[in-house]
Amino acid sequence: MKDMLKRIPEQIKRLAVVIAVIITGVVTVRYFILPSSLTDGRFHRQSTVERETAKNIVFAGATICGNCHGDKAEKKKAGYHKTVNCETCHGPAQSHIENPANKPAMSGGRDFCVFCHAYDQSRPTGFPQINPVLHNPLKACITCHNPHDPVPSQTPRECSACHAQIASIKTVSPHALIGCTSCHNVPEKHKVSPRSVRPTKPDTREFCGKCHRKESDRKDAPKIDLATHGERFLCWECHYPHRPERM
Amino acid sequence: MNRRKFIKNAILFFPAAGVFRHLLKDAQAKPGNGKYDPANHLYGMGVDIGKCIGCGLCIEACKKENNVPKEPFFCRTWVERYVIKRDGSVTVASIEAQKEKPRAEETDVLRSFFVPKLCNQCDNPPCVQVCPVGATFATEDGVVLVDSKRCIGCRYCIQACPYGARYLHPETRTADKCTFCYHRIVKGMLPACVEVCPTQARIFGDLKSMASRLVRFTRINKIHVLKPHLNTEPKVYYAELDGEVR
Repeated sequence: MKDMLKRIPEQIKRLAVVIAVIITGVVTVRYFILPSSLTDGRFHRQSTVERETAKNIVFAGATICGNCHGDKAEKKKAGYHKTVNCETCHGPAQSHIENPANKPAMSGGRDFCVFCHAYDQSRPTGFPQINPVLHNPLKACITCHNPHDPVPSQTPRECSACHAQIASIKTVSPHALIGCTSCHNVPEKHKVSPRSVRPTKPDTREFCGKCHRKESDRKDAPKIDLATHGERFLCWECHYPHRPERM
Repeated sequence: MNRRKFIKNAILFFPAAGVFRHLLKDAQAKPGNGKYDPANHLYGMGVDIGKCIGCGLCIEACKKENNVPKEPFFCRTWVERYVIKRDGSVTVASIEAQKEKPRAEETDVLRSFFVPKLCNQCDNPPCVQVCPVGATFATEDGVVLVDSKRCIGCRYCIQACPYGARYLHPETRTADKCTFCYHRIVKGMLPACVEVCPTQARIFGDLKSMASRLVRFTRINKIHVLKPHLNTEPKVYYAELDGEVR
């Protein structure tokens, strides 16, 4: 053993001493002199957690709005929009809670409602969707739908809901008992998109002639001879069909 | 005081002091002052694909809450639109909030749906394993956070994330990602995206509480996670997930 040690050259021994001193030094500094807070990951993690936790809250949460706006919250609770939180449409409101003068940025109008309600083939079946180009263009959604309690807007079942003037004239005319749809072919879409989808009008003399020609067996209708009666003209060029009178 | 009296008192004093100390400890612990203890929580999120309508409001809300840059290509959460054609081809596109014009309708579509995505807050996170400076870590309550002071912006974690959930913040030049709105959840609030979701397609909750909505969600739905073969053990649970979703 002693021979072995003697056989090691002097310079290697000195180098070994130097390396040993360096290693001891590093170990001492790392484990005994440095405070544990410098080397322990827990502490910088803790400071990160604290930094994250201290971040600003922007959205106030679903329940707090009802404390002041109880009537709206109560109305919304039973409707189709019950799962839609106030801030979904009205925008973040934490600053409004801290100072009521800061009004939340209201996102209204057609541009906003179509985020959810424009037709998209990827949307789940049954979700209420419209085609924004055809569905009452340029009309604000809230004129027909209340966003706090939205219901499918009542489409007029009777023509008189929109065509009241014609209806009131017709009630006192000989044609009172004839329904609008006897002469006008009304597509279902007309109720939803009244201007882009229009009902038809009768366009032949023979249509009126079904009742009014000489050979017709309707007893109460005045009869004419289609061959001789104003042959160059269509019926409604002289007779207003909603209030026809003898000329 | 004689010896007998001393022993008598001592017999009474020590147990009494012990009981008193115990009571005092209890009294201090019980009110707790609403102090948040991360050891009592483990957060996760449920996503119901069948309810997502792809409105994009979650993306907007996340950007407002977390100061995510406005440019559309930086998101902490995003929504993908899957269109699966009859011939088996699949197109995936990240959506933007829809404007007045409806999206072009495609023909020969077999199935089509939206998939909201975000950081999966993995129990076994690859991003944490690769970080050379230990700047990203999982908290005790199961959220993976980034220490923006320690991050050197090397982008290893962005490469390592199999879900593409991380991005380099253009202002701080550090990695950034969804934190489940950590500043909100520790105060008992919901993450901003959950807060604004109009159809409740996102469900947030505490996996350690049997009464939480998330636990109920995982109980009543058939649950999938994304890329289960990678053993990342994600904590974002999907219901009605299509096999094509990656």
